[in-house]
Amino acid sequence: MRSVAGTSRSFNRGRWLVWGGYALLMLLAPLVFTSSLSTTMLSQMGISIIACLAFNMLLGQGGMLSFGHAVYSGLGSFIAIHALNRVSGGSLALPVSLIPLVGGLGGLFFAALLGYVTTKKAGTPFAMITLGVGELVAAMSLMFPGFFGGEGGITGNRVAGQPFFGITFGPQLQLYYLIAIYTFVCTALMFAFTRTPLGRMLNASRDNPERIEFVGYNTRYVRYIAFMASGFFMGIAGGLSALNFEIVTSEVVGAARSGAYLLFTFLGGAVFFFGPIIGAVLLVLALVLLSELTQAWLLYLGLVFTFMVMFAPGGIASLIMMNLRVASFGKLRQLLWPYLMLLLSALVALAGASAMIEMVYHLQLNKVLGPELKFAGVPLNAMSWSSWLGAGVLLGVGVLLFELARRRFMPLWGRIQEEIESEIQRREARA
Amino acid sequence: MDASFLLISLLNGLSVGLLLFMLASGLTLIFSMMGVLNFAHASFYMLGAYVAYSITQVIGFWWALMLAPVVVGLLGALFERHALRRVHKFGHVPELLITFGLSYIVLELVQLVWGRQAVDFTPPASLSGALFTIVDAPSGLSFAWGEKPPGCGSGGLVCTTFPAFRAFGMGVAVLMLISIWLLLTRTRIGLVIQASLTHPEAVESLGHNVPRVFMLVFGGGTALAALAGVIGGAMRVTEPSMALTVGAVVFAVIVIGGMGSLAGAFVASVGLGIIESFAVSSDRSIADGMAAVGLAITPETFGFALWSVKLSQIAAILPYLLLVLILIFRPKGLFGSREG
Amino acid sequence: MTAAAPAIELRDVRKSFGRTEIIRGANLAVQPGERVAVIGPNGAGKSTLFNLISGRFGSSGGEILLHGQRIDGLKPYEINRLGLARSFQVSNLFTRLSAFENIRCSVLWSMGYKYSFWHFLADLDDVNRRAEDVLGMIRLDRRRDVLAMNLTYAEQRALEIGITIAGGASVILLDEPTAGMSKSETSNFVSLIREVTVGKTLLTVEHDMGVVFGLADKIAVLVYGEVIAFDEPEAVRTNPRVQEAYLGSAHADAGAQSGGH
Repeated sequence: MRSVAGTSRSFNRGRWLVWGGYALLMLLAPLVFTSSLSTTMLSQMGISIIACLAFNMLLGQGGMLSFGHAVYSGLGSFIAIHALNRVSGGSLALPVSLIPLVGGLGGLFFAALLGYVTTKKAGTPFAMITLGVGELVAAMSLMFPGFFGGEGGITGNRVAGQPFFGITFGPQLQLYYLIAIYTFVCTALMFAFTRTPLGRMLNASRDNPERIEFVGYNTRYVRYIAFMASGFFMGIAGGLSALNFEIVTSEVVGAARSGAYLLFTFLGGAVFFFGPIIGAVLLVLALVLLSELTQAWLLYLGLVFTFMVMFAPGGIASLIMMNLRVASFGKLRQLLWPYLMLLLSALVALAGASAMIEMVYHLQLNKVLGPELKFAGVPLNAMSWSSWLGAGVLLGVGVLLFELARRRFMPLWGRIQEEIESEIQRREARA
Repeated sequence: MDASFLLISLLNGLSVGLLLFMLASGLTLIFSMMGVLNFAHASFYMLGAYVAYSITQVIGFWWALMLAPVVVGLLGALFERHALRRVHKFGHVPELLITFGLSYIVLELVQLVWGRQAVDFTPPASLSGALFTIVDAPSGLSFAWGEKPPGCGSGGLVCTTFPAFRAFGMGVAVLMLISIWLLLTRTRIGLVIQASLTHPEAVESLGHNVPRVFMLVFGGGTALAALAGVIGGAMRVTEPSMALTVGAVVFAVIVIGGMGSLAGAFVASVGLGIIESFAVSSDRSIADGMAAVGLAITPETFGFALWSVKLSQIAAILPYLLLVLILIFRPKGLFGSREG
Repeated sequence: MTAAAPAIELRDVRKSFGRTEIIRGANLAVQPGERVAVIGPNGAGKSTLFNLISGRFGSSGGEILLHGQRIDGLKPYEINRLGLARSFQVSNLFTRLSAFENIRCSVLWSMGYKYSFWHFLADLDDVNRRAEDVLGMIRLDRRRDVLAMNLTYAEQRALEIGITIAGGASVILLDEPTAGMSKSETSNFVSLIREVTVGKTLLTVEHDMGVVFGLADKIAVLVYGEVIAFDEPEAVRTNPRVQEAYLGSAHADAGAQSGGH
């Protein structure tokens, strides 16, 4: 028999390491990346982490695909900023640091209200209903200017009420640490949720929604309560967002934002708990940096997402875990060269493809600037054959090399997996 | 409310409803058959409009009407063969997600090729203008072919025209419906499709080449969407946002009608089209309704903002309101059968 | 609830799918602690009957009673909470959870934890102990952490039974538990079933006559949606109506195995 005490001790040590590292990372990040852009981005990352984890409570843990989840973070934002304005106005005595909780309660309220109808169904109908409800709320946001502020949205000032030990949350850095605290606590809470009876039954309902009815559970209730829990955390993210930007406009409930949550959570990996954290970081990087770098960023996003669905539906997290598993059996070294080949050839192909994409975008959208453009420092002429030929050659060569590298990689990967399987069986037999 | 206005509104609603049904039917066929909800269905609608626009520039509208659905249908079949099929083994959620990803890609590509502004896709000269006019005179209703007769707008005469292209669109929709019905009930492939609507596994075990049928159905469904796009794009505006606006309504329609039910999709589409057509032109609100019963609603009343919202303002969100209502009172949808 | 109430009682139960009537007035009364095998030709409606009793389908007529309480029209979870559990002919497991987790999920409600999100699973000693016990009973303790979808077929069938009995229901319905098993696997499985259903009321659908005669006190014969016989195995074997409708060739098999009971 396994030594339960022994394994739990090493398990706990691993846990302390991971959570400690997570906290340390959040603590030290702004000290390493000191520019104001970095601090802004880090703040947004914290907010997005909470949102994506909350979204994954439904997607990864419950198998529920929601197309309109920005509704709950958005409405949480609106409630929070109205509360903030009341604090500024003096009619509400609440420390600014608790405003996100107000957002959370707002998210919870609307999740309870709208979720009642939404969770009546599961699977694909559920997804369609969330789309409809999302459209409903987004459309209504233009109809009630009192609450939604019309075109201009609602503004607020996070320097309100009494400062807390000299902390006003005016400077971005102060707000970042507030966000970091919320992010850490919310991550811990959502992780704890996965280890509760409800969390486990949520997983069960994902795997077999019919069977849990035969072991005493009302599937609908499980979905509904999980929906409300998710809405609560979405609301907290929304409240933090209201504090961060000091303005809330109707786009926070819009389809674009809902789509972003879905896309990046899936990209990060819905199957593992930490996947959405990766996704959230990528979300901010894409929205802030990539969109500045190229006008074709949405196309790249769509393509990457589609390829992920086809070839790695477990997301980046699953790729990491697969390789960690290989590493734990000491076989990662064999894969280093093949991985390098794959990466290099992919980069070459990518360079060629994106050069072409950039040239097309340039022709279409920047006509007035003339046909010349700079691509990663290389001057190109979108109207000249040579540029196109060069890009085409890069793409062709890259694809060819990738295919060659892939042909050498796949059998190697397969062999390693087999070796690992037989090793596992050997260990089991010994136990 | 004039009778002529009523009639024209009804016809307008019917034309929009039939357009919606063209989309909803393709979506329902794909869903019932393959269990895939094609999130990119409205993207194919948009593609149909844009491709038709380009073909019209070169060889005219009538060719566009015939070729655009074929081109888009082929693209749909290709997508099914090379992308969707690969994801089939992962389950329904990844299938839905890949069509979601496709919708992003199509949107970007369309904007890339045709730009971000609306394009000028209009009905051909032979179909523009009014098909008939209804003249509402104090003496009664009268009917006139073609444009408004002289004297309209004065002497108490109210004239409302019905555009020829709308009528044409309705005709196309009805024709398409009939041919689909004939295909499903009279041909062998139609029988296979019908059987697969309710028992896909049984059909496969009977030896039919279900993957090929899948490709056919998916291509057919997207071709249908493209055809709707040719009509809708010329009738309304052809711009990048048309996929989003139509897409969400179509999904609401199929949930209201009951997922997997063609009859339900028909009733829901036409019903929604007509209701919206009447709502758009109505300045009434719940407050007016309450006033009629004797309850006075003033700006001081709680929720005044809610009660005073005009029907015309909420016309756009009526589909989603109805969706929520249906879910509360009749979750299976109007004619719901398979849950998928 | 009187002391004399049967564990399961069917009174003129009917079920139609569209215009086809599958169950045409089934009557049955199973006493607490009895072990009944339900047999019948293909298409007789055995699985449908189970689906009706367990609440998966609604009946089109008649009454179904559990310990004297009407359960027709109730949802599956309501019936389960009243003390009835069923297994499925095609293993219906929680595919991405481990064998242990599968059992634990089946135990949570019966131990009162319901929709709790304020308890940690790791701290629930009663739940974990019960799950380990059941896992041991179905002899999957060595495969504790293997995902359900990675178990062998026989292991999955065992897990299927485990999920069914873990909650401690007093009435157990097993739908073709030995489907797809080899002879040796079947006999092992039968002794497993006997062990884990001690003291319970057992209803199983079976095709394998050896299993039937080895497991059941009584046999109910379902033909064209009606129970045409319900008696001890010997009486059923010699019942002319049954012989005519079903046992036919199996009669010779059962005669050869008359050692077991």
